[in-house]
Amino acid sequence: MKTLAELQAIRDRMRSQIDLREANDDRIRVVVGMATCGIAAGARPVLNALLEEVNKRDLKNVTVSQTGCIGVCRLEPIVEVYVPGQEKVTYVKMTPDKVASLVSEHLVNGRVVEEYTIGAAE
Amino acid sequence: MKEIALYALDIAQNSITARASRLEITLSETPDAITFTIVDNGKGMSPELLAQVSDPFTTTRTTRKMGLGIPLLRMAVEQTGGSLVIDSTEGVGTTVTARFRPGHIDCPPVGDMAGTITLLLQGAPSLELRYTHVIGDDSFQLTTEELRAQLGPDISLAEPEIILWIRDYLQEQETFLRENKGMKA
Repeated sequence: MKTLAELQAIRDRMRSQIDLREANDDRIRVVVGMATCGIAAGARPVLNALLEEVNKRDLKNVTVSQTGCIGVCRLEPIVEVYVPGQEKVTYVKMTPDKVASLVSEHLVNGRVVEEYTIGAAE
Repeated sequence: MKEIALYALDIAQNSITARASRLEITLSETPDAITFTIVDNGKGMSPELLAQVSDPFTTTRTTRKMGLGIPLLRMAVEQTGGSLVIDSTEGVGTTVTARFRPGHIDCPPVGDMAGTITLLLQGAPSLELRYTHVIGDDSFQLTTEELRAQLGPDISLAEPEIILWIRDYLQEQETFLRENKGMKA
């Protein structure tokens, strides 16, 4: 059984890393639509899978965040990836299964997973 | 939506949009009712807006003319024979109470409350949140105050390692609470 006191150990380990994070301007932003449409379509497990994958790979340059309705509700769950200096990439109809390849291909290796993008879906 | 926990997540997002800094989420399960209550200190609603808020063609956002969160929740509770009550005062905050009747065939399962609470904190890590889950005589509570007491002021709850720890902790506590009562998840 976990206890709250375990957080202290995580805190001590993280304190050394925080300076490193703040110094980094070239962060990749990954944004998940979490309005009614996104939630109903299954955005919660997608966001969870993203957090797990980013944490597992220890990607210090990636921020995962949430937003409201992106505007194409029928294509939810939607994940947008903002790499500094590049055009935004919109992934649609995402599932937790698709998250691993999005993270390894796009966030780590810089290759857009074309088949999951809005361009391929439309 | 497939779970009561997803309705709770959706409605709690409204509180964050209304600039709430404090949120109390209570989920209570008895044989006769599954009730979630969300109390926020957001900006509240005018009596005019409150009167219209269950209409799908009412919304405060400007990009589109419909807002489906509250109408969907109202439909879901009412089709189980339950009820939705919204109290709101401008400048004070809003309280939403959704009561489902678990005996009805249309009542969705409670679902993953740990996932819901985790994602609320991931999206709004500076929120003061108190989450209470009551099943019969047993209950479990988590506050962001006790989390921050361990973490100190300089570490965000949204850090992936922290938020995943909170999720695992909540999942354990939820399972423990449910097993104690011998009820199905």
